[in-house]
Amino acid sequence: MERKKPTARKAAGAKRGRSTARAKAVSKVVVLIATRKGAWLYHGDAARKSWRADGPHFLGHIVNHVVLDPRDGRTLLAAAKTGHLGPTIFRSTDFGRNWKEATRPPAFAKAADGQPGRAVDHTFWLTPGHTSEPDTWYAGTSPQGLFRSEDGGVTWDPFSSINEDPQYRKWMGTVQDGTPDGPKLHSITVDPRDPAHLYFGMSGGGVHESRDRGRTWTAIASGLEVVEGLDASNLAFHDPHCVRLCPSNPDRLYQQNHCGIYRIDRPSNQWVRIGRAMPKRVGDIGFPMVVHPRNADTAWVFPMDGSTVWPRTSPGGVPVAYVTRNGGKTWQRAASGLPQNETWWTVKRQAMAADANDPIGLYFGTTSGELWVSRDEGRHWTRVAEHLPEIYAVEAGRLS
Amino acid sequence: MNVLIPAPLRSYTGQRQVEASGSTLGALLVDLDRRYPGIRFRMINEQDRMRPHIRFFVNGDQVFDLLKSLQSSDEVLIVQALSGG
Repeated sequence: MERKKPTARKAAGAKRGRSTARAKAVSKVVVLIATRKGAWLYHGDAARKSWRADGPHFLGHIVNHVVLDPRDGRTLLAAAKTGHLGPTIFRSTDFGRNWKEATRPPAFAKAADGQPGRAVDHTFWLTPGHTSEPDTWYAGTSPQGLFRSEDGGVTWDPFSSINEDPQYRKWMGTVQDGTPDGPKLHSITVDPRDPAHLYFGMSGGGVHESRDRGRTWTAIASGLEVVEGLDASNLAFHDPHCVRLCPSNPDRLYQQNHCGIYRIDRPSNQWVRIGRAMPKRVGDIGFPMVVHPRNADTAWVFPMDGSTVWPRTSPGGVPVAYVTRNGGKTWQRAASGLPQNETWWTVKRQAMAADANDPIGLYFGTTSGELWVSRDEGRHWTRVAEHLPEIYAVEAGRLS
Repeated sequence: MNVLIPAPLRSYTGQRQVEASGSTLGALLVDLDRRYPGIRFRMINEQDRMRPHIRFFVNGDQVFDLLKSLQSSDEVLIVQALSGG
């Protein structure tokens, strides 16, 4: 079936933090769910009330990310591995009816004789390239590596020099320095105004920016805190969990970090800890960060318990999303419809997303396998699916 | 020589038992990849190391070295090792 291309987001000329331009049309949404045991596609009706499940795809595979290419509205890439088999990328151009494996998945360069070298354990993050580069994709891996495809995801090569750069390797640390299932390169972000302007985050290893298409990179760490007692001048101790650029104001980025919620307004290099305004009993620790597609003052987080031994559960057993509508000066609860007690799941860094409709829809998947949907920007939530495997990632794709 | 393929890799071969050739285990896997593109990388990483939960047996004996010599009469068994939930 032939589908029309989605309307391109208009970024250039948007006013800083104030763009509230209306979406041009209500588009059908497909929610792409990556789980520890496979992938599912949830197709919504025009009202986003009724959902049709399509899956499982790759049953038994560990799927870290499924992304719909917004440039053609039909190409899907899925990052997968199994408990036994090495990592790969699957590609579909017919909404998952058929999948074809990459002929050259992301892989580090072969090390010189006698050197241990690194091996990709899994591809963690997929980002479509700039609209002017229709077949370009970026991938972030565990252990941390940055890769690029220029043929729609069929073949992948190491991108830029960071994978083998001695300084970056120090910042990346070892497997023991990373998150429980491995250190990750994530939040690969392309400036919608300039395909040469890129960002990525590393857990651990900090946030980095390139203005020359990945030839050189500069860390942006000023203002970010690290765990008490560690040296903030060492990027190895920086742990950005999720970084998002605002499409309506590409000079503004939000970040959910291991040590709080931050905002930066470029060209400033100073992050501001806007999570200080969160309620003290909730705190500002979490993993996902979601931005409004048309209003750079609006963003959502999903706090988790980062106290004591880091339970990584909803604080107090009460899951709550929080929203700011003024760039982080104040935060409000967005929890109507969510369980009110004894609920111990949480939401991983890739498992919360927004669509581009008006009002926008919000989506999150839980570690307990539930998919929750809000059709009114987080004011009310409805559970659409339960009993799925642990959800690793949720993306909201836009169909014409 | 005969190569027995474990279930997770049969999406590549379409069958439980296939033919491949090579004077070493490494060469055999290269030939297997020529016949079934992509299958080798699922078993052997980019540093030419066996992936943690893949095991190889030649005539019933476990082999850890890709340079292990093979004869055309050998039987190679590829196994997915137990790796938990």
